[in-house]
Amino acid sequence: MTVNSKHLILALVVLASSVALAAPQNQPPTTQENKGHAAAHTVQQHEDEGTRIFQANCSRCHNTPEGFSPRISGTIVRHMRVRASLSKHDEQELLRFLNP
Amino acid sequence: MPRLLLNFRLSSLARLTRFFALALAVLSTASYGIAQDTPLLSGGVGFFTSTNAGQTTYTPEIEPLLAAPVGPHFLVESRAILLESFAPNGNDQPGYDHSHFISLIYLQGDYTLSSHITIVGGSYLIPFNTYNERLSPIWIGNFSGGPIIASLGAEGTGTGTGGMLSGSAISRRKYSISYNAYFSGLVNNQYFQAQRSAGGRTSLFLPDHGLEVGVSYNRQLQGTQENFYGAHVWWEPKNSGFQLRSEFARGHHAQGYWIETAYRTQAFGGFDSIIGRLEPVFRMNQTFRRDTVASDGVPLVNTQRADFGLDYNLPHNTRILTSYSRQFSSAGNFNIWQTGVVYRFLFPAWKGK
Repeated sequence: MTVNSKHLILALVVLASSVALAAPQNQPPTTQENKGHAAAHTVQQHEDEGTRIFQANCSRCHNTPEGFSPRISGTIVRHMRVRASLSKHDEQELLRFLNP
Repeated sequence: MPRLLLNFRLSSLARLTRFFALALAVLSTASYGIAQDTPLLSGGVGFFTSTNAGQTTYTPEIEPLLAAPVGPHFLVESRAILLESFAPNGNDQPGYDHSHFISLIYLQGDYTLSSHITIVGGSYLIPFNTYNERLSPIWIGNFSGGPIIASLGAEGTGTGTGGMLSGSAISRRKYSISYNAYFSGLVNNQYFQAQRSAGGRTSLFLPDHGLEVGVSYNRQLQGTQENFYGAHVWWEPKNSGFQLRSEFARGHHAQGYWIETAYRTQAFGGFDSIIGRLEPVFRMNQTFRRDTVASDGVPLVNTQRADFGLDYNLPHNTRILTSYSRQFSSAGNFNIWQTGVVYRFLFPAWKGK
């Protein structure tokens, strides 16, 4: 095998690795099997709304805390309501998002 | 340690510990309607080093935060700071000198009056611009030190003692407007030290663009009755990993600005990949004296400082902060090197129902 061939193979491996590493982040969220179902659709809407509110108000300042007890999800939301000046609607959607 | 609250006098660890124990004991007697409303303990614990013009300090620090709902409308919240600072003895003397600092940062009660109005009473963080209220916790800031103008409009201690109205004035899918309006009385108690002042802040946020703009106002109502004006712009495009935060503040004797950028890439496996956890940050600070009256904590001569940082967001709520700064002024130029590791904790204060 010539030096050029080795370089070509190495370049392909690096390129393939980069694509493989980058690909999962671009995947859309997993579609629910019962997508057509009205109830599931409502849940999805709430999740989307909760995600939007979380990203717009919480993630702007700090990283998402990993793994907290559901027993304090209500307290977190009430604390965030004051810190981030959330409306009542946003508070409820955020609570639903943190505690589906 | 370039933090607002270090202007406080030292108080005793025992008193603070007793206060938190008493608060927990009182709150534990309250009944909570639903299990999700269990009081929480959160905060950050970290270890920081700072080499400022050749002088190095080592600072272990903890900032606990307590939030406890009482009934459906009332929330008690408080944050404190406990740190010990070690520095080598000067003049070629061996060993280290050390000092400690303990204080309540704020202790407030929040009453939700309606969907758009929350009444805040007690000792609260002054909502002037954004740094004091949002970015000063050690587990949030991208730099372990604050911007040079952090004290402008924040009255030295960063806290007011009195009342405040805050909330979301309008909240739509395309935009929202929030507001704060406060009045603080003169308090000389070492725990709730505050000056007589009034002010407020309002912000417009456009979620689709990740853009927030706001203005702040503060008027001191004692001594030299000074006005402070502030403006802030934050731009954080959705899912981009890019942050731009900036503030301008103008006081009676000085003015200045800071602008900070940060970026995390998703290109190599997402934000949680080895590369995606890296976060280069940059902040430019500039201050301008309007006269030489020292009343606001801003340097007495025009000063520029560039902060270059590289943070690493480890799993399990842990961050490593590193930065190099170069400060320029007619009083002298010098380097500042800072490192830190911070763990953010968040758990129920006790076992709920």
